[in-house]
Amino acid sequence: MSKIIAKEILSERVVKLEIEAPRIAQKRKAGHFVIVKVGEKGERIPLTISQANKETGTITLVVQKVGVSSHKLCALEVGDEITDVVGPLGQATHIEKFGSVLCAGGGVGIAPLLPIVEAMKAAGNKVITVLAGRSKEFVILEEEIRKKSDEVIIMTDDGSYGNKGLVTEGMERVISQEKVNLSVVIGPAIMMKFCTLLTKKYNIPTVVSLNTIMVDGTGMCGACRITVGGKTKFVCVDGPEFDAHQVDFDEILQRLQAYKHQEAEAYQATLNK
Amino acid sequence: MSLDKEYLKEQRSLAWRDELRKSMPAKERTSRERVSMPEQEPLVRNKNNEEVNLGLTEQMAIEEARRCLDCVDPTCISGCPVSINIPSFIKHIEKSDFLGAAKVLKETSALPAVCGRVCPQEIQCEKACFYTVKLNKTPVAIGHLERFAADFEQKSGSVSVPEIAPNNGFNVAVIGAGPAGLSAAGDLAKYGCNVTVFEALHEIGGVLKYGIPEFRLPNSVVDVEINSLKKMGVKFFTNFVVGSTASIQDLREEGFDAFFVSSGAGLPNFMGIPGENYSGIMSSNEYLTRVNLMNAAQSDYDTPVFLGKHVAVIGGGNTAMDSVRTAKRLGAEKAMIVYRRTIEEMPARVEEIYHAQAEDIEFFCLTNPIEYKADETGHVSSMTVQKMELGEPDASGRRRPVPMPNSEYEIPVDLVIVSVGVSPNPLVPKSLPELVMSKWGTIEVDKETMQAHNVPDVFAGGDIVRGGATVILAMGDGRKAAAGIMKYLKSKHTK
Repeated sequence: MSKIIAKEILSERVVKLEIEAPRIAQKRKAGHFVIVKVGEKGERIPLTISQANKETGTITLVVQKVGVSSHKLCALEVGDEITDVVGPLGQATHIEKFGSVLCAGGGVGIAPLLPIVEAMKAAGNKVITVLAGRSKEFVILEEEIRKKSDEVIIMTDDGSYGNKGLVTEGMERVISQEKVNLSVVIGPAIMMKFCTLLTKKYNIPTVVSLNTIMVDGTGMCGACRITVGGKTKFVCVDGPEFDAHQVDFDEILQRLQAYKHQEAEAYQATLNK
Repeated sequence: MSLDKEYLKEQRSLAWRDELRKSMPAKERTSRERVSMPEQEPLVRNKNNEEVNLGLTEQMAIEEARRCLDCVDPTCISGCPVSINIPSFIKHIEKSDFLGAAKVLKETSALPAVCGRVCPQEIQCEKACFYTVKLNKTPVAIGHLERFAADFEQKSGSVSVPEIAPNNGFNVAVIGAGPAGLSAAGDLAKYGCNVTVFEALHEIGGVLKYGIPEFRLPNSVVDVEINSLKKMGVKFFTNFVVGSTASIQDLREEGFDAFFVSSGAGLPNFMGIPGENYSGIMSSNEYLTRVNLMNAAQSDYDTPVFLGKHVAVIGGGNTAMDSVRTAKRLGAEKAMIVYRRTIEEMPARVEEIYHAQAEDIEFFCLTNPIEYKADETGHVSSMTVQKMELGEPDASGRRRPVPMPNSEYEIPVDLVIVSVGVSPNPLVPKSLPELVMSKWGTIEVDKETMQAHNVPDVFAGGDIVRGGATVILAMGDGRKAAAGIMKYLKSKHTK
């Protein structure tokens, strides 16, 4: 059981939760995730840890309402308890002084990007961050990101905030101006695919953090398997971060659709309740 | 707790045992037919989730117990990985002292109701029974009787708690709450240790909960056994991944004196053939976890699962049988086992194969998938298989399957469950680089004490050592490790 200490509504569909998890707060590093289950009949879902506070023993999760489980999680209030929280899981981000690091976050993917931006900055890198969203309300955690970045570029599809255009346009602007040593991209799979195509063109080493379907999250079920460099890898124990240029994004996009129909039906039923 | 020859002899010469032996001539005992386990009708049970085997009645159990000759040298015990005092518990049944029988089981087994259901007795105690070895007759139904006694106790409401030695002050951590861990926890508690079990999942029981289906081992049966351990003072922490949530070094600093690693076989194997990552193709671990642990087939639970109409399960082990029989129960019109050797080579228990056949499961033997095809949404729609024939024996002693040229054909499928084995879970070993590992990723241990090479306070057992075995072998490891841990702690303490 993990008690909710604070809750902040970032947008209509995105909620930030600070929860009690003292052991996880001690151990977590940038890149780690937790598995969360709400209620006895709940589903186990992976969520990347956005922030942690060792003193208060809390971790912060940012959740976007996309289906039944995220809806239930977002509906919890301060003082409520999350039935199960386990972690930190996965491999931590590989942090070192690369030089100039271009980070790109799309929508709720900005949340897991934050600790990486922090860690890259702390390791002495120049960090330039591109934040992107469909419109203004999808650009979250801007203030926190600004504090740890040397430069921030904001892109929205509809131009309601920052520059009008896609995340790749913002990235390309940075790439055209200076030598980028590493790129880190987190967001929807389709966004990561196109960002990866871009950095491949410029031959910039790129890391992506993948959010696939998982059940146990500890290497047992294989639901999260993907193909990297022609080999099957498990996102939960081998990842969640991979060399973007080796990842088969089309397969990921197709596998993410696996339960789409069932999930949509279940979500509609929940909303109708 | 140890069952040395003296103890067995002493027990056997108790007056009541003597009297019971004399009450019926051996010839009369051996002339009786072995009891057969009542079971649900195959074509009824393949549509429900209730237990297949219904259990013996009191009368049936007593009758069967009479067949046991209470041998001077009970060879059956040597066939039991946890050394249950088999003649003693059976003779308790014969004299209608069913609770007494259960007590005997619990002297050496933390999970008798589980073992009575899932142990392969036919290759263990029953294979070593006097009837099998010397009389060439069907052995005493030791497994059925074990289940009977354990169930009787569970239903009686007066579940006995084994005797516990005075607290010795040692703190022992058990990592993983599956059969190996639970068995070790039970013995360590009996020795007087403070035992804490750390479990990564949100439920206690490991494979007994996420793997073995309800129709073969109801969760409620497992829970009674877990409650017994709680009554013995064993503490459980769920949602705790040792190696991630805390390292072994952290736990040492928190006061743990020794560790038993029973983190199981995690990573499912896949075949690496084209199309294997289409949706609708999953490991048996995933399928069974969704259905058994997450209750995905029940509409009021949030986890989804595919309910296939044409389901192929690849493999011939017990997990494959569990998967295919689950698929049938969840409404598959066609539930198939696809296996590259013949039924004779299948690693599954004979009983499971027989049950599956009776339940209308189709067997495609000497058949191997080589490619999957998908519909326009990326969901599997058919599999290309190849016919095989048996060639020369391989390293396992089984004849190697060899593909037959030009024998490919298509089988339409909408759900494929890959059940071709598992590899050990890497999480604990990764966090303890000093451990000596085999090339298969299993932890190397001393075979008697289960102590890890190089790291004296770490012991290991079950699938993390064996790579993929049975519940009872894991439990045997747990018992050996508990004894090994005690020996280690005592010697360290006296130094």
